[in-house]
Amino acid sequence: MPDTVQLSRRTLLKASAVAGGGFALAATFPVAARANAVSGPQDLNAFITIHPDNTVTIVGKNPEIGQGIKTMLPMLVAEELDADWDSVSVQQADTNAAKYGPQLAGGSFATPMNWIPMRQAGAAARSMLIAAAAQRWGVDAAGLATEPGRVVQPGTRRSATFGELASDAALMEVPDPAGLTLKDQADFRIIGRAIGGVDSPKVVRGEPIFGVDTQLEGMVYAAFERSPVFGAKLKSANLDAAKSQPGVIDAFTVAASPQVELVEGVAVIASNWWLANKARSALEPQWDNGQWASHSTAGYAEAARNAWATGNSDEVFSEKGDVDAAFASADKVLEAEYSYPFLAHVAMEPMNCTALMHEDGTMEMWAPSQTPQGGQQAVAGYLGLEPSQVTVHITRMGGGFGRRLNNDYMVQVAAIAKEMPGTPVQLIWSREDDVRSDYYRPAGWHKLRAALDADGKITGWADHFVTFDLGDGPFNPAAMPAQEFPAKYVDNLKFEQTKLETAVPMGALRAPTSNALAFVMQSFLDEVAHATGKDLPALMLELTDGVAPEPPTQGFVGPQPGFSAPRLQAVTRKVMDMSNWGQPVADGHALGFGFYFSHMGYFAEVVEASLDDRNNPLVHNVWAAGDVGSQIINPFGALNQVEGSIIDGIGQAIQLAVEIEGGAAKQSNFHNYPLPRMPMTPQIHVEWVLSDNAPTGLGEPALPPVIPALTNALFALTGKRVRSLPIDKSLFA
Amino acid sequence: MAFRVTVNGETREIDAPGDMPLLWALRNELGMVGTKFGCGIGMCGACTVHIDGQATRSCSMPLSAVADKDVSTVEALGESPVGQALQQAWLEDDVMQCGYCQAGQLMNATALLNNNPDPTDSEIDAAMQGNICRCACYKRIHAAIARVARDEETANA
Repeated sequence: MPDTVQLSRRTLLKASAVAGGGFALAATFPVAARANAVSGPQDLNAFITIHPDNTVTIVGKNPEIGQGIKTMLPMLVAEELDADWDSVSVQQADTNAAKYGPQLAGGSFATPMNWIPMRQAGAAARSMLIAAAAQRWGVDAAGLATEPGRVVQPGTRRSATFGELASDAALMEVPDPAGLTLKDQADFRIIGRAIGGVDSPKVVRGEPIFGVDTQLEGMVYAAFERSPVFGAKLKSANLDAAKSQPGVIDAFTVAASPQVELVEGVAVIASNWWLANKARSALEPQWDNGQWASHSTAGYAEAARNAWATGNSDEVFSEKGDVDAAFASADKVLEAEYSYPFLAHVAMEPMNCTALMHEDGTMEMWAPSQTPQGGQQAVAGYLGLEPSQVTVHITRMGGGFGRRLNNDYMVQVAAIAKEMPGTPVQLIWSREDDVRSDYYRPAGWHKLRAALDADGKITGWADHFVTFDLGDGPFNPAAMPAQEFPAKYVDNLKFEQTKLETAVPMGALRAPTSNALAFVMQSFLDEVAHATGKDLPALMLELTDGVAPEPPTQGFVGPQPGFSAPRLQAVTRKVMDMSNWGQPVADGHALGFGFYFSHMGYFAEVVEASLDDRNNPLVHNVWAAGDVGSQIINPFGALNQVEGSIIDGIGQAIQLAVEIEGGAAKQSNFHNYPLPRMPMTPQIHVEWVLSDNAPTGLGEPALPPVIPALTNALFALTGKRVRSLPIDKSLFA
Repeated sequence: MAFRVTVNGETREIDAPGDMPLLWALRNELGMVGTKFGCGIGMCGACTVHIDGQATRSCSMPLSAVADKDVSTVEALGESPVGQALQQAWLEDDVMQCGYCQAGQLMNATALLNNNPDPTDSEIDAAMQGNICRCACYKRIHAAIARVARDEETANA
């Protein structure tokens, strides 16, 4: 049997025999094979292995952080293969850009990126199995069909399992994915089924599947001491004192390498992580804090007030019409200052990574990273290796929330492991390290103004945004879109910004930018609604009344549908129905509404809230209507994401903030960064609004609207407007 | 110094300082990594084990204090009927997202039902509030515990 079949020029699939007599299919699809082509081919790959016993192994290419992708992507493959899900096992891919294309857990991108290519991978294999059966039976392939796990000839008793056909199928010509017919939605057997996570049985048994569970022969443990003040430089540390502590094997300094996010500090190596971490206290490090020790959240807030007072900004980043004239001729002007704090990610599994520098100079890593390809490149660059010389095994992760998009801990362990070739090293951060060495959700300050005419129409809209200068990266989590709602629906607009200097690291937290801007914009629009005798859903419907869907745009991962006002309207109406919006609620309770469009998903949410006898906000019910396209792929995972996002958002609104004091994060662990706990859980009611759009992701878009829905409910209840997060309960005293 | 600890019915010798938390003795000395590190200060419950049947935060329990005691971890959870029923309910209800806290959640829930086979909703909340789930799967954790309690009651009726 040949290892590979002859490939035609247009053929993009490669079949090969595998040990044991099955066949493996490597599906290579240019992104151009998707419904809307993008320029420049980028390959996506998937693997299917069919074993002689009719079991199927499907490779999950993306990192699993709890978003359910290791289950969902193989469901797409299995659907079009027409596999029997009970005979499918899923294997986690290693990092390999050439083989698998992008491997990324971020931006809720995996669903829109893979909806078509993963299904094509399954359909291609299915067509080869049918071709093999047609040849074996001497019939026309067009007359054959599949049932789960087998090819059949309808009207006859002829049937063969995929396992029986696998060896022959490997010899069939590989089809052009563009010519494959994918299933109609009505024929789905796996997509749309509530399917439990493929790793869950191992999780409940406590089996070692997370990054920090990695165990290697002769492995040692590392803890890392860095300055709590961001941007500080190490002057000295007592390495000998640390080395004399129980269990300590070594202690050495690590030099900074800013281009790969490596900070200066001291590594302490021991036979047990607790011993390594404990020995840090003997280091007594001295730091040169430089200019940054004077930085604080309070100082940034004062800078924002000063910027507003002078009216000077660094740049106008969005402008149309004549905003000054609109305010001069307004019947009513609203003005309000909004702000929100830095937030930490606090994934449940603290940052960690395991590395082994082999004696030949190549590196092998076990990395809980949302961007393992980026980590591979950073480590290779740091060590002066080719990416192919850095093997990166992708481990399951105890949460990501965007923290693990940055690979600073991967480079940090590489910097340690390169000093001890042949010895595997596991670096673990304490929770304090995790909270105080984050890439925080940026704080921000907005001074908003709205001009209203005598009919209550918004005639002018302005924001002076005070944010941070984070340079020119591919994604700026401290930016505000130029078209931030309702920019498109007002005639006179001015968005300007002042950018503050800082050494505080910032990054993407679940629904980046949206998690803050939803609060600001939907709250201020609620102010406009109240000022004009309406409610917010009515204002949202009025602003977008009769607006046609926008044409497709070029998004981060390729073409995507433009913003659709009808989809906004549909979820808004749906949640109004679900929550009996406008009807009386229990005494001492009130409803609030929020809508936000992010990560290609449309969510309208209503919160029912009250205050307890100490003025703490209580959330009783949350209704959420979401439109993420034509199909909910796995209802289990989908609902779990929405429920978790809603509770996450409520926690942020009520009780979470990282404060910078003396150039460092003041918070350090769960006693002063109090994540939501079970008693805070409201009743959550979710309904899907299906629309004629390709499915999109659910890791993020349900979070942003719940925050303004809560603060708007508190306004309805008390007449007090929450304009700063987290909610200050003294407002209600 | 060596300590004798009974872990999941097996007596183990652990040669480590007496102030080493049980968590790190389990994970790095015995290689039993099912018990998870979350905060190190007893605030999140990820490291929950049973000591003489009681749910205990192993990150805050020195090795010297557990000498000659019975320690039970998630690796042995399936050997108890309540633990097994909870594991099954966790899978049937697809409770988890990332799963990292779930060993601690399951150990705590098992202790709850062993002590109080028929908890009210507020008793479940009170017993479980020491266990953080960052993914916030609380609704499902609560429902799975309530369902197992109900099913056990039915089975014993």
